[in-house]
Amino acid sequence: MADTGDLERPVPPAPQGRDWAAALGTTPAPKPASEPAPETDAGFMGSALYEKGKTVHNKRIDGPFRRFKWLVMLVTLGIYYVTPWLRWDRGPYAPDQAVLVDLANRRFYMFDIEIWPHEFYFVAGLLIMAGIGLFLVTSAVGRAWCGYACPQTVWTDLFQHIDRFFDGDRNTRMRLDKAPWTVGKTARRLAKWAVYLAIAFWTGGAWIMYFADAPTLTYEFWRGEAAPVAYATVAVLTGTTFWLGGFMREQVCVYMCPWPRIQTAMLDEKSLIVTYKDWRGEQRGSLKKAAKNPDAYGDCIDCNMCVAVCPTGVDIREGQQIGCITCGLCIDACDRVMKDIGRPRGLIDYATLEQCEAEAAGAPATPAWKALLRPRVLIYLGVWAAMGAGLLFMLGTRTHTDLTVAPDRNPPFMLLKDGSVRNAYTLRLRNMEARPRAMEVALEGLPKGAVMWTEAVSLENAAPTQVVTVDANATRVLRAYVLLPQGTHAESFAFRLTSQDEQRESDVAQTTFAMPEND
Amino acid sequence: MTNRIDEPTGTEFVGHEWDGIEELNTPLPRWWLYTFYATIVFAIGYMVLYPAWPMIDRATAGTLGWSSRGDLAREMKAADAARAGMVAKIAATPIEGLAADPALMQAAVAGGAAAFKVNCVQCHGAGAAGSPGYPNLNDDDWIWGGTLTEIEYTLTHGIRWEGADQTRANFMPSFDGAMDKAQLGALTAHVLSLSGKGKPNAAGAQMFADNCAACHGAGGEGLPAMGGPALNDAIWLFGGTGADVKKQILKPRHGVMPAWQGRLDPVTIKMLAAYVHSRGGGQDAAPAAPAAQSAATTAAATPAQKANPDG
Repeated sequence: MADTGDLERPVPPAPQGRDWAAALGTTPAPKPASEPAPETDAGFMGSALYEKGKTVHNKRIDGPFRRFKWLVMLVTLGIYYVTPWLRWDRGPYAPDQAVLVDLANRRFYMFDIEIWPHEFYFVAGLLIMAGIGLFLVTSAVGRAWCGYACPQTVWTDLFQHIDRFFDGDRNTRMRLDKAPWTVGKTARRLAKWAVYLAIAFWTGGAWIMYFADAPTLTYEFWRGEAAPVAYATVAVLTGTTFWLGGFMREQVCVYMCPWPRIQTAMLDEKSLIVTYKDWRGEQRGSLKKAAKNPDAYGDCIDCNMCVAVCPTGVDIREGQQIGCITCGLCIDACDRVMKDIGRPRGLIDYATLEQCEAEAAGAPATPAWKALLRPRVLIYLGVWAAMGAGLLFMLGTRTHTDLTVAPDRNPPFMLLKDGSVRNAYTLRLRNMEARPRAMEVALEGLPKGAVMWTEAVSLENAAPTQVVTVDANATRVLRAYVLLPQGTHAESFAFRLTSQDEQRESDVAQTTFAMPEND
Repeated sequence: MTNRIDEPTGTEFVGHEWDGIEELNTPLPRWWLYTFYATIVFAIGYMVLYPAWPMIDRATAGTLGWSSRGDLAREMKAADAARAGMVAKIAATPIEGLAADPALMQAAVAGGAAAFKVNCVQCHGAGAAGSPGYPNLNDDDWIWGGTLTEIEYTLTHGIRWEGADQTRANFMPSFDGAMDKAQLGALTAHVLSLSGKGKPNAAGAQMFADNCAACHGAGGEGLPAMGGPALNDAIWLFGGTGADVKKQILKPRHGVMPAWQGRLDPVTIKMLAAYVHSRGGGQDAAPAAPAAQSAATTAAATPAQKANPDG
């Protein structure tokens, strides 16, 4: 962190405003660094065995970052709760739910895209893109995922607003927490927890809708006819949402989640983080003190607003820490205070450590977006975009017809009475269109006289090609026999599958023809 | 006991130090401690309910009486119960009627495939392709007939199986001493000529008509009703070279197949027959005459027995 020096620069004149610390009812007492962790028990042999949980009562704040957080919450929760109810017409042979993970039939539907199990690389590619996307976001804007989009953050935010609705803002809540359990408090708590539970239940209930037709499942769910796994999933997700969102909150980020640790390793001096510009803020002191001795104090009036609004309860002025999810609410708070006391905004701001150092050394403040244009970000962006382009290309060029062939290995060939040689194959014909299609299977590269037949077509009707119908959205497994007459010879050949419609989609599968050695 | 305090965090040191890195005694959150206690309670409950403590010859049983063997037995019983309907249906259906119901046939073939792996692969091979002396079950050549009924009969009563009264049996006599070397050569050449390999000759043909045609058919087309193998095709159970044929004429070998009646239940035998029939060489029953099972009295094989390997 930059040097705290340069206390000589002019401090703006103290405004005639209020004493913010007093007005906000926050506790201005700075926490000495060496103060031991509060509220630990006496424990075993003098050392603390555990630490009591401290409830974070974060204060309401308004500002650009708070509004952005509202927007992200609206969009993410909207997507989560609404998506399964979107309809998408796919004709009579496929479900009409826009986004559906159909585990029973092994299909994944997403609007116009239908993924089959053998195309799982699309999903794998998306997951890799999501991974690289997290790296990209982290290197560009730091822990933005943690601060805005992580479900734990979004639901915690939601539950904290519920707290505010039922119990009032920070100070009222703190008082209520300490108050005895009167009838009024019990009623308030029960009502609040009931709303927690309702949201948690709605969250769990929305999850299962992605795995079955939403209206049908809802109907079955309330009639007690849905699959046991549906009830179990809702129960587990209701429980975890209630517990993690209602009570664990920042404890999840600080103790449970591996991501803050990984992000800590990925941040460097060029990463955007929420930073308290201590060279400007120190020495902290109230407006009254600063008025008396302007030269001794910095911009920070120690109003504690940044701590009061923090959803994880950290003090950003202590520097980077795992509890800081970089949501920017302390920036909103500090900017408001600075505006009211007539000092420039940005005492707490998004900045890189490098920018901070330059600024502390006297350089003008760099706009935050300049941190984005650096090789690491561009390389991540390039890899991420290339993967996306590759997946899109494959999605655009894939056919809806597919053939795979597995020759029988035991026995590899069969000598028949008349000296001809028969090989058996298992063909898998995929029809990925939502309508039944006739498909022609043809032999390619075998000598004249070679014929094929299937279980449904007897040897009398054996021919070099066969036409079979494959159901809509289905794989047909076909056992096919191929016969080479006596005196002919082959080692390898191919099956060609051609759809008998206007698309004439085609796929070729190479395979071998086994023969007795002495023939 | 008080340890030094780490100034920046206000936490005391534990006293452990590695290369200048010291461990702080950071207290864990209370919920974490309670979670730990909960696991202890769970473990105690588990040890009471389930097998846990190893003793001299077995572990403590647990009050629930659970065992993995018991689980297996339950699962097997459930699987049997799930199959019961299909098994009863197969038992009630005459074997030639199986094909009328594709689902039933499919179940029978699947069940037969499983039973085949246990009982048949020792001789006929995992792919049912046989080996010299052990017939191939995939091809279109059937010594004792390849309809479902005939296969079921062979499975039930076996071949040359002493313990079964109705077993399929025939014996090729030894011609050792009955012909001289030239005659043997002529006969061998004629037999091979039936499948286009040897040189046709009058002496051999005469000998074949006198000695062999009764069982193998006038043209060597075989007589499945009596188990007379076809000699006019490309398939040879004991080898198709001249030396192999001579050896069989002088010192005939006779394969033996056990009768499975009594060892396997009738439904399993039926399913095995369906599986073998499905291997690509099964024949359709002649619609008019129910396929002969016992020693047939009719003469040479009729075209009705012609192979129809459409599986």
